[in-house]
Amino acid sequence: MTANKPSLPIVENFSRRAAVKGGFATLGAASFVAAISPLRHAAQNSSAGEFMQNHYTELTPEQKSDVLARLESEAKENYGADVTIGDDRPIPGTKFVYAINLSVCNGNGKCVEACHKENNHDRATNQSYIRVLEMPVGTMDMEQGSTTYTGIVPKDGKFYLPVQCQQCDEPPCVDVCPVKATWKEEDGIVVVDYNWCIGCRYCEAACPYHARRFNWKKPEVPAEEINPDQSYLSNRIRPVGVVEKCTYCLHRTRRGKLPACLEACPTGARVFGNILDKDSNIRWILENKRVYILKEELGTKPAFFYYFD
Amino acid sequence: MKRTASLFFAAMVCTVASMTIVSLTTSVTKSDASDNAEPDQTDWKQGALFQPAGKMISSVQNQGFASETITPTKCFEVEIRRPGGPPRVELAGADPQGRAGSVACSTCHSVRKPNVDNRTAATLDEFHQGLQFNHGTIACYSCHHSQNTDSLRMADGTQIDFADVMTLCSQCHSKQAESFAHGAHGGMNGFWDLSRGPQTKNNCIDCHDPHAPAFPKMIVDFKPRDRFNEPVVHDHGETTHE
Repeated sequence: MTANKPSLPIVENFSRRAAVKGGFATLGAASFVAAISPLRHAAQNSSAGEFMQNHYTELTPEQKSDVLARLESEAKENYGADVTIGDDRPIPGTKFVYAINLSVCNGNGKCVEACHKENNHDRATNQSYIRVLEMPVGTMDMEQGSTTYTGIVPKDGKFYLPVQCQQCDEPPCVDVCPVKATWKEEDGIVVVDYNWCIGCRYCEAACPYHARRFNWKKPEVPAEEINPDQSYLSNRIRPVGVVEKCTYCLHRTRRGKLPACLEACPTGARVFGNILDKDSNIRWILENKRVYILKEELGTKPAFFYYFD
Repeated sequence: MKRTASLFFAAMVCTVASMTIVSLTTSVTKSDASDNAEPDQTDWKQGALFQPAGKMISSVQNQGFASETITPTKCFEVEIRRPGGPPRVELAGADPQGRAGSVACSTCHSVRKPNVDNRTAATLDEFHQGLQFNHGTIACYSCHHSQNTDSLRMADGTQIDFADVMTLCSQCHSKQAESFAHGAHGGMNGFWDLSRGPQTKNNCIDCHDPHAPAFPKMIVDFKPRDRFNEPVVHDHGETTHE
């Protein structure tokens, strides 16, 4: 044995440079796989039909019925509930408007609960499209309101301001959406295509009324508590990672019924109707009561009014 | 280096191809499952969707109003709930056979002389002892008819049925009555669109106790648990000052 002879065999043609190259190539391939792993998970969780689905407004009737059937079977698979998902379109000649009598509202929160149940919100967070602010008398400044009040209501020196989507005629949330996943329909309701939303939450930031909600996790609703009367643009159970909002219960109101929050109100503070109907209750209120709108100075032109007796 | 690049490219192609295959197979199995489960439901859903564009209505509604077309006339009524009739007074004790019972107002009041000046239950020796009265300074017989106690009394002395209590209230509370007539006071249920279904409205005494008409206080029992509702925790007091 000589001293300069290596103890281990050396592979021919294997230079230090090639080893470094190989190492980096392996590293690159690994990082590529890691980078596309969200895509692989997405492919597992969503069918090709969902992945390839068009924007709601571009679906043909055949595609729409396929989509609705797929969503119904997914609801059965994921939640164990037999639901019907309708495709409710605006009634010609209607523009929906809401009004709340702040002289009467006592902040009991039944509307919040009714919305929670009607719209299949996540049970763990008690999510709802309505937030009732306890306000000091003498101001309409939302920043002075508190949503954390509890106990006996109404309290002295306070009034109660329920805030939900105002279905603005100039909706800032629609303007900022980079993928046009949210838009305003002919009857004034601002809707979201939950299957088109990318979850960027620009709309949530743009809304001056804090009316939009983000699904941070998959909504959990027990099968027996799921409201089976659903609609594509309304209360079907939303996927994780998308933004949702009040739709004036369009799965009810476009079938002629009153919204769930109105029916639940024990004080009768809520009024709903078609502003294009000259004889409607809502027109009488706008013409005869002291009517306010929230954050008028922003120019959002809400279809939601507050009035006092 | 060329070989590495081509290997890398091949890996990319393979990954994309496998993703496509996986998603395609998932969708095939899913659509198979839905086809097998409810074939007929899919059919009538399509029927609903292919209706003329003027009234593209949902599946649920389709069952009820499929044959009906939209007409501008309002074919359904607003029904205002009415009390069933004169109230019955529950007897405090039971008869010798152990039966509890209730009697009409006239059972006692037809044989008693009415005290038209009485304004509160506190001045009564018997009956109506627990009655809370907080409705201005009016007397019992302002609203209850002194001769026929199974009916109510309008301000001009005419009799009116308990079922028509809203007419009685409206004499003084005309502002509320006006708002009520236009849907701006009192709750409602049912349909806003009376061409599609009826609406039911509360009457005065559904929400207001006629003897103490202030709307009762309520307790908030449902609160969303979102981040705005969590109390703000300032726990950096101890940790950051060290």
